[in-house]
Amino acid sequence: MNANSSLTLESRLVQIGVGRDERTGAVSFPIYPSATYRHPGVGESTGFDYTRSGNPTRQLLEEALAQLEGGSRALAFSSGMAALTTLFLHFAAGDHLVVSEDLYGGTYRVLDQIFAKLGLASTTVDTTDAEAVAEAIIPQTKALLVETPGNPLLGVADLGALGQLCRKQGLLLIVDNTFLTPVLQRPLELGADIVVHSATKYLSGHNDLCAGALVAADPELGERFYFLQNSTGAILPPQDCWLLIRSLKTLALRMERHCRSAQAVARRLRSHPLITAVYYPGLEDHPGHSLSQKQTEGFGGMVSFRLESPECARRVLKKLRLISFAESLGGVESLITLPALQTHGDIPPRERERLGICESLLRLSVGIEHVEDIIADLEQALEE
Amino acid sequence: MSQKKLRPATLLVHQGTDRDPCTGAAVVPISVASTYHHPQGQAGSYDYARSGNPSRAQVEEAIALLEGGERGFAFSSGMAAVGSALSLLKAGDHLIAPEDLYGGSWRYLTTVLPQRGIEVSFVDATDLDGIESAIRPNSRGIFLETPSNPLFKITDLRGVAEIGRRRQLLTFLDNTFMTPLLQRPLDLGIDVAIHSGTKFLGGHSDLLAGLIAVADPALGSRLKHFQNAFGAVLSPFDAFLLARGIKTLKVRLEAAQRNAALLAERLQAHPAVARVHFPGLPDFPGRDRHFAQAAGPGAVLSFELSSVAGVKTLLERLRLPIIAPSLGGVETILTHCWSMSHAAIPAAVKNSLGLGESLIRLSVGIEDPEDLWEDLEEGLKYR
Repeated sequence: MNANSSLTLESRLVQIGVGRDERTGAVSFPIYPSATYRHPGVGESTGFDYTRSGNPTRQLLEEALAQLEGGSRALAFSSGMAALTTLFLHFAAGDHLVVSEDLYGGTYRVLDQIFAKLGLASTTVDTTDAEAVAEAIIPQTKALLVETPGNPLLGVADLGALGQLCRKQGLLLIVDNTFLTPVLQRPLELGADIVVHSATKYLSGHNDLCAGALVAADPELGERFYFLQNSTGAILPPQDCWLLIRSLKTLALRMERHCRSAQAVARRLRSHPLITAVYYPGLEDHPGHSLSQKQTEGFGGMVSFRLESPECARRVLKKLRLISFAESLGGVESLITLPALQTHGDIPPRERERLGICESLLRLSVGIEHVEDIIADLEQALEE
Repeated sequence: MSQKKLRPATLLVHQGTDRDPCTGAAVVPISVASTYHHPQGQAGSYDYARSGNPSRAQVEEAIALLEGGERGFAFSSGMAAVGSALSLLKAGDHLIAPEDLYGGSWRYLTTVLPQRGIEVSFVDATDLDGIESAIRPNSRGIFLETPSNPLFKITDLRGVAEIGRRRQLLTFLDNTFMTPLLQRPLDLGIDVAIHSGTKFLGGHSDLLAGLIAVADPALGSRLKHFQNAFGAVLSPFDAFLLARGIKTLKVRLEAAQRNAALLAERLQAHPAVARVHFPGLPDFPGRDRHFAQAAGPGAVLSFELSSVAGVKTLLERLRLPIIAPSLGGVETILTHCWSMSHAAIPAAVKNSLGLGESLIRLSVGIEDPEDLWEDLEEGLKYR
């Protein structure tokens, strides 16, 4: 059956593409590797002309993503950064963006080192503080880009309040929903205009493909993003579109397990004597806990924690056996990173220090292994 | 770290190899090469892809670990695995098999094996005495499914393993319905565990695969020889996809099993349904025997409609399940056994087994169970 809006999210995820290939009835939608399409006649098209402009496998994925986020249109890109870059191309020289300071280092890098030179300026601000956001807005500001929960400190921004602020000021609210996915948080329903994803993470969930997505609430904006996607061409290839569709089928199950295990890991880490702080919105004393409860359906699978010293953090990374010391997140396998040197290495040291992203901070992406195996690995690595 | 000590959920995710030793890649590469360079004329670990391939090795190691065996083998389909396992028999041998089993296996046992000079007797495998009395001087093997497909008859695996040991017969179990997560036949003394990896292990209805696991290294060597000689091997891309499917087996199967239990209960209470076969139901005849050897009821059930005419209405009205042979996908799959999965079995044989035209098999997926139930209820409104 085609994606049916009367179904629950779990069922819609599973049913993506089922019944869509009417010719064969194939349950798994075909991968269309064709780069180009025959025209029935002059001025006639099957709806597909050239695969950068449109591909049946990508179309299925894009429609599914739009529906999951509750948007009018979604577009799939070759990486999360390709999605963001295409989004930034929407703005013009002289425009200004306000962005979360607790932000993925790659986003910071592209704004700071590439788009700043092209005349798109940006200011970073603590987006968990709506007043600070309001103060950062200048006449040239066109949009607010928020990651919530933040990366790597998992601060929670109030999307409803920021949505109101943006509407009042005529700004676009852009939310990077990579950490929570539409299973746990649907920013467009809370007042955002645009959702961006690194689909490499939870959406794909197996650490085996790179992909990005943009979702627009407004059809005109969606059309504009399609124009940019087709013009600049950072599209997701059909094989990876298919693999991503396959991944979405288990997204709800995976997120459920990630959340449950992350909660248990966060609790256990908090009681460890070598750990000075644990950042997880699911902990009752996390400053964004009650806000998260209001705007999300789960706290996600990311947990950051601070050790008593950088040496201690390095020792843990060396001793971990089950958990891989690797960049990225959101896969079935648990991964851990040292944000100061890896994911956030491009943020200037003083700025990093101010934010608290120091070398004793580790970011853990809790996988779907048995939670006791994950905890046992952390505990053995923490032994002195 | 030693994989044997890990809990199943962890083992499923990490399997035998979870990092590429050269690059540290979190996913074993899809090794597409058909052949391998022999430095100075000497073969390394791999020489030719039919004989061995790193992508296939990953999934072969995984099934051996999951089944608690010594060796695993991956084939191009479940039937390729069944056929390869039965290559352990030779002309003149005799095999004992249950009377109700998957139509494809039934076809293999009744047409291919006899052509190769192997005789097969079909028995009621729920009766250990019946199995024992079917043994002849030339009997070499017992082939089983439990729960059986599609009537959910339960065979006592420890009992059959004991007969096998005592009478020197090889015991084979098609473990597709349960997966090693719910039932580990090698631990119970069965010699050869077979899977259609197309089903729960792959889990996404997008690949064909077969797997075998054995505990005995000597059996492993014979199977390795046959796999290499016959060549029905799993392709590298499908090996990658299968390994990828296995990573989420536990979360998928747990969710599907919960859904199946709910639907089984509701179907049983529905006036248009005459009977439900599902090991999780309190009045399921083989319940104690099943739970003595399996950790869960699984996610497949079958039910008989009160009226054969209701089948047509059901198949016409259902919107959500895929109406098709096969099972074990994330999507719910509904099979009319008579005309689909068991079409290869003649009508008279089916009737004698109680596999009637009103029998429906339901492989319950991971959709929301309320969506599934609403759809089924609509389909069952035949008067």
